[in-house]
Amino acid sequence: MSSTAPGTKTGRRHTAGAFDVRNFIGMLLGLYGIILTLYSFLGGGAEDKTGGVNANLWTGLALLLVGAGFMAWARLRPIVIPDEIPHDDGRPAHH
Amino acid sequence: MNALTHPSLVPAQATLIEANWIDFLIVGIYFAFVLGIGIAARRQVSDSIDFFLSGRSLPAWVTGLAFISANLGAVEIMGMSATGAEIGLPTFHYFWVGAIPAMLFLGVVMMPFYYGSKVRSVPEFMLRRFGPGAHLVNAISFAVAQLLIAGVNLYLLASIVEALLGWPQWVSLIVAAAIVLSYITLGGLSAAIYNEVLQFFVIVAALLPLTLIGLNRVGGWSGLTERVTAAAGGSDAELHSWPGQGLSGFDNPVLSVVGIVFGLGFVLSFGYWTTNFVEVQRAMASNSISSARKTPIIGAFPKMFVPFIVIIPGMIAAVLVHEISGLKAGQNTGATYNDSLLLLMRDVLPNGLLGLAIAGLLAAFMAGMAANISAFNTVFSYDLWQTYVVKDKDDDYYLRTGRLATVVATVIAIFTALIASSFSNIMDYLQTLFGFFNAPLFATFILGMFWRRMTATAGWVGLVAGTLSAIFLWTLGNPEIFGVFELPGQGLAFLCASVAFVVDIVLSVAVTMVTKPKPREQLKGLVYSETPKEDLVDPHEAALPVYQRTIPLAIAAGVLVLALNFIL
Repeated sequence: MSSTAPGTKTGRRHTAGAFDVRNFIGMLLGLYGIILTLYSFLGGGAEDKTGGVNANLWTGLALLLVGAGFMAWARLRPIVIPDEIPHDDGRPAHH
Repeated sequence: MNALTHPSLVPAQATLIEANWIDFLIVGIYFAFVLGIGIAARRQVSDSIDFFLSGRSLPAWVTGLAFISANLGAVEIMGMSATGAEIGLPTFHYFWVGAIPAMLFLGVVMMPFYYGSKVRSVPEFMLRRFGPGAHLVNAISFAVAQLLIAGVNLYLLASIVEALLGWPQWVSLIVAAAIVLSYITLGGLSAAIYNEVLQFFVIVAALLPLTLIGLNRVGGWSGLTERVTAAAGGSDAELHSWPGQGLSGFDNPVLSVVGIVFGLGFVLSFGYWTTNFVEVQRAMASNSISSARKTPIIGAFPKMFVPFIVIIPGMIAAVLVHEISGLKAGQNTGATYNDSLLLLMRDVLPNGLLGLAIAGLLAAFMAGMAANISAFNTVFSYDLWQTYVVKDKDDDYYLRTGRLATVVATVIAIFTALIASSFSNIMDYLQTLFGFFNAPLFATFILGMFWRRMTATAGWVGLVAGTLSAIFLWTLGNPEIFGVFELPGQGLAFLCASVAFVVDIVLSVAVTMVTKPKPREQLKGLVYSETPKEDLVDPHEAALPVYQRTIPLAIAAGVLVLALNFIL
């Protein structure tokens, strides 16, 4: 369909699933979760500021949960990288 | 909407907050991840399309989040919480009226042309549809504006780091610029986009606890409404989004609604969201025409909830932070509304969460700047360098050009930031002026996409005349320049944009009548009537479940945002 954009490049392949941003998000949020949870046990709650809630603990636990969720999502639904681009016709071409 | 947000509390010696080792650890980890993404994304860059458009390979949820993250920069977060502190819930219109409808329109109506025509940038669409005149106007004004805004983002970052941590501005300028530079030159647009997605979650992780703890401190939602009402002397105007007189500046409620819907909702926001390459580039990086269309639509869902963690903290600050509540009561407390978020952080966040909040803010500043620079280097390399200066070189040459353009742009941004720190008024004016390019751009695009006869001359004449008319009107209405007439609130901005839009349409039609249109065969993929319907949709989309299809998603987003308008 690309009469206007000649020079289609074929046979491109992206390195398989080594890089998935969901793993990065999961790792970062999980790491933050661990740090905040541990820090909350060191008495870093500062309840006078938060109005009596141990905010570091709750945020830490929530972050752990979300981080684990991202890791699980990346594990359960990995990115599939085809060896050949399946329908080259529908892909944008290069100039 | 785009005004600079200067934190006024630049400290002499003491810093605004007391960060300790745990906060620095959290911020440090964030920087490590940002660079890690740059290095990981580098392996995916093998040609210029990889560098400038992520190889058009990203899934819709990634580009959708990047789409709103690119806009969720420093100016947005600080500015919207400041406006929230000042006028309350009507600020939500900047999101619900001023963004969502335009984002849905972009996805449903305009994206098929952008993605389907295989252009690599929004100005390139101009080139193909209208030729070099309109293309140069669009490409140059866009490129210059990006450098300016990148510099403003950088300046704001440096001044906030100075206020929070006490580092001299030049240190944070250079550190932040070096980080952004290294991950974009390494990983190109992919690195920018992946970092925008990461940034989105860090910002939510920072602002959601701030909002919840703040609400806890003021006694929940009911406590907040009581205190806001009491502070306003019994008026509840700050607690309803409509009719929003505080936002529009009109006293008459009917006029206010009309002004918000047409001025903010139509002319200003459609111009910004549908033609700004910073945004559209994110969608162009996706892996199919269906994903490209879904990019702004998926982005619309988080976008409609962002104000809850940006504007509500501003409102809490206005009743909880004594500097801001004092300011609102008319006292001189040395603070401005732009300090609301920082002061609320100081008052309610314990160490640990404080570090997370600082990381979130830094993330917003850097991602905003990275978005500007990654859009700049694409337009510079493809639209200016390859089109007009050095043509017909191999792809590697333009990939190198792009990397070099990134370096140069970052250096220019540092100098722009230095200028901004001494001449902030000039920067405010320039930002407003660049905003005037948007409304006529939208007029030209929409006419060009649906009116086959519209000519190349009409394209650039409409753009130039529309923009000039807005600038002219703005100098007349600005009390600091000519001050011939006066309009309250956002009135002047609405008026300028509307006039620019109308002037563009009228002149485009008039000029088209006396000039020769392009031959029909050159308009395939660019104009609705000349493009086969099957080129505008993804053939694979019909096989997807309903909740993954473009139109049903857009309808769901539209209904949801309408419901939110009735609730608040």
